[in-house]
Amino acid sequence: MNTLARHRRLTRIWASDPGWRGWFTTVNHTDLGRMFLCTAFFHFAVGGVLAMLIRAQLATANSAFVGAETYSQLFTMHGTIMMFLFAIPAFEGLAVYLLPKLLGTRDLAFPRLTAYGYWCYAFGGSMMLVSLLFGIAPNSGWFMYPPLSSVIYSPGINTDFWLIGITFVEISAIAAAVEFTVSILRYRAPGMSLDKMPIFAWYALVTSLMILTGFPPLILGSILLELERAFGMPFFQVALGGDALLWQHLFWLFGHPEVYIIFLPAAGIVSTVLPVMARTTLLGYGWVVAAAVALAFLSFGLWVHHMFTTGIPHMGLAFFSAASTLVAVPTAVQIFAWIGTLWKGRPELRLPMLHILGFFATFVMGGLTGVMVAVVPFDWQAHDTAFVTAHLHYVLFGGFVFPVLAGIYYWLPHFSGRRRFFKLGEVAFGLIFVGFHGTFLAMHWVGLMGQRRRIETYDAETGWSAINLVSTISGFVMAIGLVLVLIDVVLHAAIAIRTSRNPWRAGTLEWAMLLPAPAYNFASLPRVGDRDPLSTDPDLALRLARGEGYLGSPAQDRRETLTVDIASGRPDYMVIFPPNTALPVVMAAVTGLFFLSLLVKVYWITPLALAGVAALACLWVWQLGTRADAGPQEAGHGLSLPLAGETDRSPGWWGSVFLLTANATLYGSLLFGYAFLWTVAPGWPPPAWLPASLAELALGTGGAAVAATGLRVAIRGNRGGRPLPGLLLAAAGTLALLGALVAFLWRVPAPAGHAYDATLTVMGGYALFHAALLALMVGLLAMRVRAGHTSPARRAEFGIVRLWADYAALVAVASLVLAHLPGLLA
Amino acid sequence: MPVALAGCNDALSVVAPAGPAAQTIATLWWVMLAGSGLICVLVAGLLWAAFRPRGATDEARQERLWIHGLGLAFPLSILAALLAYGLWVGERLLPRAGADVVRVSAAGERWSWSFGYADADGRVTEGVLHIPAGRPVDVAVTTRDVIHSFWVPRLAGKLDAIPGHVNVLRLEADRPGVYAGLSAEYSGVGYAGHRFEVHAHDAAAWDAFLRGERP
Repeated sequence: MNTLARHRRLTRIWASDPGWRGWFTTVNHTDLGRMFLCTAFFHFAVGGVLAMLIRAQLATANSAFVGAETYSQLFTMHGTIMMFLFAIPAFEGLAVYLLPKLLGTRDLAFPRLTAYGYWCYAFGGSMMLVSLLFGIAPNSGWFMYPPLSSVIYSPGINTDFWLIGITFVEISAIAAAVEFTVSILRYRAPGMSLDKMPIFAWYALVTSLMILTGFPPLILGSILLELERAFGMPFFQVALGGDALLWQHLFWLFGHPEVYIIFLPAAGIVSTVLPVMARTTLLGYGWVVAAAVALAFLSFGLWVHHMFTTGIPHMGLAFFSAASTLVAVPTAVQIFAWIGTLWKGRPELRLPMLHILGFFATFVMGGLTGVMVAVVPFDWQAHDTAFVTAHLHYVLFGGFVFPVLAGIYYWLPHFSGRRRFFKLGEVAFGLIFVGFHGTFLAMHWVGLMGQRRRIETYDAETGWSAINLVSTISGFVMAIGLVLVLIDVVLHAAIAIRTSRNPWRAGTLEWAMLLPAPAYNFASLPRVGDRDPLSTDPDLALRLARGEGYLGSPAQDRRETLTVDIASGRPDYMVIFPPNTALPVVMAAVTGLFFLSLLVKVYWITPLALAGVAALACLWVWQLGTRADAGPQEAGHGLSLPLAGETDRSPGWWGSVFLLTANATLYGSLLFGYAFLWTVAPGWPPPAWLPASLAELALGTGGAAVAATGLRVAIRGNRGGRPLPGLLLAAAGTLALLGALVAFLWRVPAPAGHAYDATLTVMGGYALFHAALLALMVGLLAMRVRAGHTSPARRAEFGIVRLWADYAALVAVASLVLAHLPGLLA
Repeated sequence: MPVALAGCNDALSVVAPAGPAAQTIATLWWVMLAGSGLICVLVAGLLWAAFRPRGATDEARQERLWIHGLGLAFPLSILAALLAYGLWVGERLLPRAGADVVRVSAAGERWSWSFGYADADGRVTEGVLHIPAGRPVDVAVTTRDVIHSFWVPRLAGKLDAIPGHVNVLRLEADRPGVYAGLSAEYSGVGYAGHRFEVHAHDAAAWDAFLRGERP
């Protein structure tokens, strides 16, 4: 097979469907990455328009441009859109597009999940935008503090849009995080050990793990607040045993890691692009990785610095203040590693480098003001003023938008296969840079002069008018700059001339392919021996296109790639990816129906939508695997690999591990909430503890043990071809578990009475959901056994269900024991 | 003179302190601003120098200089000093018991404030908090509805009013006068106008206020 024939054959196998159908059925990461990025930048434009309206309102004193109510929607939606519908999805889009290419593989671990995540984001985002169009958008500020956001003070549907819409969108963040984690750990080119990974992959890995542990507290908070709003479960109402501070803890437990979730991918872009611009390699690779990991850990220890003014005891504040200042250390390590890299090399002032310099100037200042507000007494003055608004824009625009613009211009030839022709980008950079600093530099000062954030008007005698006017004019200059970038990119994509293969002379694998990227990425997969394989072997692209790597000759028309051992990068399985399918978009639509039914409070649709999602999920799983043992597969160069389904630890197992990590964080946040209310909320102890029931405890614990044991018996039985008795045992245990949980929930008093009863209901409901999920999984697995989808060799599914069985058993026992404990002790 | 001050540009300014707490924080700000300025200049200089031609040095030495020196040792020493300074300042601002401490209470509501006085039982004022000048005042802050924040920028930092909780803020005015106060937590459409005033009196006027006379 010659190079062209191989290209045609692989394109036929991997390409998305032609025409408009392809948009809805594609599972290809290159296409979905582009869709993600375009949608994210569309939301950036919408958020930007809102920002301009905010600035127009504040341009002069006593402005009557928009009223207070409209203004509240503007600033709430500006923050919400930029955080949830732009920054995170932009990272997801870039990583979806780039990761497989950087890692030397053909797609992400779960292609259908990529598509599902995209559609959840697109539908959820549309939901938010619809609320804006109809003037019923969220209006309590983007951090939604109750009781302002509770049903008493915000009776309309506005807040529900936020709680339900954002939770819907978060599905895409969790899906992407699971997928990135598994892809980075397992889906790499042969020989790419962890220490040879491109630095962007390290950043994406750390970011993904942070999403898995950072987003669940917010998701839990949103669920609790919506339960309070819809069903009167008083988690945040102090009169009924709740506490408004619980929301702040849950929100900022998410909210602070979120800042680093946004910054770290951008730092990954800088670490990738800057060395190329300086014609050298990154100084202190190991230190930079360590700094990213340290940043991730520290960022979970400083959420309270958003709550310095809530009356937390000073010693507690001292701890969080120390953690908040300490976080500057790994940031400094990275900053100086980058400057050192510039010193080591010969930096050239090309367009991506300009944006990186813009990043340095802006982000360093944002970091310094960040250290200032981390010092508690100063925060007592600066908190909730324009100083903080200015600080956070320095950090987020400086730390995210400038690097992303650098990345866009750096990878633009990759997206389009063209060379930049018009020099609009340089002018745009100048406008953006000057406009940004003009908007926000003096805003620090007006904040110290007493201008609070979120006010819609101020008096002329405050003396703030001049600064605000400069701010507004500069804001529009910045907006013009950003529009020029858009025009530049569109012109580029439409009419620029074709580029050479590796225009920046970079060393990473994404440049070792045809431009624009073909659907299959690499005609054959490389063997990697160092961090910059393309610098070591400039002809690598041609050799891969000629099929000299692995998997160059697909045996059948199937989408083949391989996975590697996590640490060493030794190939271990072959993976066959699913074909194009509309299943993800349909499932996202039905998921949307579920959220919509909650939003408009038409609750009879909710169970139907939930059943629809479950049915589609079963179909999703049913399409996987084969009905015959395939045995070892040829991968080229004498390498022979088993199929992933014929192993104990398939990609699905790894995906489940990380999904359960996020899930366990959600449950942990719930237990944190229980403990917090118990110890801090004024309305505790509740009027009556739930009486303990030993029968319930025994049935639940016994059922959990039997269910978990059943899966182990099934796995052992499957080795001899008889898994069904074990599954039957598991089903019996699950039923007992379900019985115990239903009995428990039946006994809990009406959850609207006290936050204690509401908490017990949610703990029981959470366990019940997982027990029901386990019942579904065990049933489906039994059907697949009967249909011949498993065999002693095709055994991967048993391990996955075992994980979920163990988790369901664990949370059920934990919920029951913790709920009964006060009753047992009393 | 004090009344004129309230109308001037500095009425809400953190950097025009009129009491010991605000003064301490303002000093902290100027120190941090100066330090930050120096660091900005350093980083800008290093970046500028990166574009100058220079000879090659070995990578291990560069790693020691850039990562161990500038990345670790430099911020660690500065931050340790800053943190110690910040904690010392924070400790000084805490409401500590003392013989001359005046206790008052502030209750926020959309969009007004009412104030009570430990030394004048049952006395409630709306929109104006009366305090004696030159004496430490502990304000017990709470709310009747949503979260607010009690803030008199020229006298002290802010403290939130949270349902079901009472937070105590220490403030003190050096001289008699009128000081502008704000709620500093978004509370809905009336937020921009959620203000109050603090009237600090000399000893005689304060005694008169406590006796129930109009100050």
